[in-house]
Amino acid sequence: MATVSLKNLVKKYGHLEVVHAINLDVEDREFVALVGPSGCGKSTTLRMIAGLEAISGGHIHIGDREVNNLPPRQRNISMVFQSYALYPHMTVAENMGFSLKIAGRSQNDIASAVAEAAKTLGLEELLERRPSQLSGGQRQRVAMGRAIVRNPDVFLFDEPLSNLDAKLRMQMRTEIKKLHAKVQSTVIYVTHDQVEAMTLADRIVIMRDGHIEQVGAPEEVFRRPASRFVAGFIGSPTMNLHNAAVGSGKLVFANGDTLPLPQQFRDRVTEGQKVTFGLRPDDVYPAGHGIHSGEAAEVHTVEVPVSLTEPLGNETLVFAEFAGQDWISRMLNPKALRMGERIKLSFDLSQSHLFDAATEKSLRG
Amino acid sequence: MNENQANDLKRFLLKFGHLFGLFIAMAIICLPGFWIVLSSLRPTVEIMAKPPVWIPQSLSFDAYIAMFSGVGQGGIPVLDYFRNSIVISVTSTVIALTIGMAGGYAFARYQFRGKTAIFLGFMLTRTVPGIALSLPLFFVFAKLGIIDTHFGLIIAYVALNVPFTVWLIDGFFRQVPRDLAEAAQIDGCTRWQAFWQVEFPLARSGIASAGIFAFLISWNEFALASQLTRSTNSKTLPVGLLDYTSEFTIDWRGMCALAVVMIIPALTLTFIVQKHLVSGLTSGAVKG
Repeated sequence: MATVSLKNLVKKYGHLEVVHAINLDVEDREFVALVGPSGCGKSTTLRMIAGLEAISGGHIHIGDREVNNLPPRQRNISMVFQSYALYPHMTVAENMGFSLKIAGRSQNDIASAVAEAAKTLGLEELLERRPSQLSGGQRQRVAMGRAIVRNPDVFLFDEPLSNLDAKLRMQMRTEIKKLHAKVQSTVIYVTHDQVEAMTLADRIVIMRDGHIEQVGAPEEVFRRPASRFVAGFIGSPTMNLHNAAVGSGKLVFANGDTLPLPQQFRDRVTEGQKVTFGLRPDDVYPAGHGIHSGEAAEVHTVEVPVSLTEPLGNETLVFAEFAGQDWISRMLNPKALRMGERIKLSFDLSQSHLFDAATEKSLRG
Repeated sequence: MNENQANDLKRFLLKFGHLFGLFIAMAIICLPGFWIVLSSLRPTVEIMAKPPVWIPQSLSFDAYIAMFSGVGQGGIPVLDYFRNSIVISVTSTVIALTIGMAGGYAFARYQFRGKTAIFLGFMLTRTVPGIALSLPLFFVFAKLGIIDTHFGLIIAYVALNVPFTVWLIDGFFRQVPRDLAEAAQIDGCTRWQAFWQVEFPLARSGIASAGIFAFLISWNEFALASQLTRSTNSKTLPVGLLDYTSEFTIDWRGMCALAVVMIIPALTLTFIVQKHLVSGLTSGAVKG
């Protein structure tokens, strides 16, 4: 087990810099998720940690060893690929024991290590099969088995669940979480799915265009997004984000509609400042149907027309028009609404976010 | 007749037509081979008869016996030719495969300057017919003093086969997902081990087929060999066929017999390697 630390890590392809001097410290036994849209540099970063991609600048430490120029085999890491990358000409057992065979371990050692990993992952029945005879979920499990057999310092996961269907993905997510609890190792997990990142990770690293936007616990990046990008990326359905300007103690939207300036931002904005106002769908709700029904401190209610509803059973997502734009709101204990029907929509301003329109940084202290 | 029966009949007719078409195609492909075998066993009178004699009246192995009976009794140095053919074909195939594997791998996995141009250049060499090369090659080889040697012909065949093996093997390495070699490196392999443990076994069927093609091209090549060989030192079997032609006559039966002797090793080798040609080995490596 080991820590991983990236210092001013840079990756360039020719003149194109795709990872810009990022810094990150992953603690021993920590589960860190790198998350971001495609092309943000998260996979490249992972591949640099793995040694599959040469670094263009900076330092990578695994434990107290600098591994900048070490080949993958000397880094004592395991990696689970999006494509699983199982060796098709080997059986499941051979796949899982391959690293030990290369390391020159005895047949008995290999057999017992493979048997143990197979037991952990419920693969005992499949050991003599070939990858082509396995289902997607089983292949995924073999790939994880191959990773844990080595007993590595660090596990690297590169979008391991992307090729599975939704149901299986949820199931494997749970298994990965259980596996981490059991083997207690350092994990760096790349995904573009913020739900995976939220549910699995101890800490989430949100990346964008080769920069780290924010690092924090799932709760923290959800509750206190550092930038407009993080606010929009984390959370499902996405946060309502609309541009406004500060004017005489109010937020003035493009069409002239206003909301009161939330208390916590009163001293943090200047008159005329252009901002982006953000509020999660949980904090906008048809009056009487919210999470904080009634008792929240700073609720502002306006009457608006419904433009669309998405019933989900235990709740309904209501799209309502305010300030010339659609706002997504979450309606608990739903009742039927017609399109165009006017409803009272409550904004819980105590939960709101303001981002500077130019810098996109949060204006929260 | 109801719709189901009509459909059944339609399917039956389609199947029949399909099989009949295949039979005709196979007959067209196989008939010349069969005719050669048959002709090697029949007397010249029957071979030359007009109209053709379809059903052989008498069959004998006289031509084969004569072939091996030595000079003076209608024999030719067939064992020498055979040895030359084997030495030249096998050596040039092994060399062409080695270079082809290295080259094919490089084209499949690495980016380098002029890659497309080089690849296209390789392909263009294939457009030059062997016979057009034979005269310039003859001059060069004569100056170097390697006419009528195994070495000379091996060099020529390697040059002939390398573009082809590179091209074919490149395609097979391309089909092996990159992830596999990377996974192997993470599992503790060096780049070299990753190649031999993972990528090579998966491309083996392609390498085997490239090998077969290279071997058959060398084994059957006539245009260059007829110019670059002189004597039993280096004459190969296809050139040996010419021994059956003389100023006024051609011994068709003997020629056919030698052709059969030539075909048998090629056919045997193809059958042996055939099972390695089963592709689809890589299925299941990645998602699917």
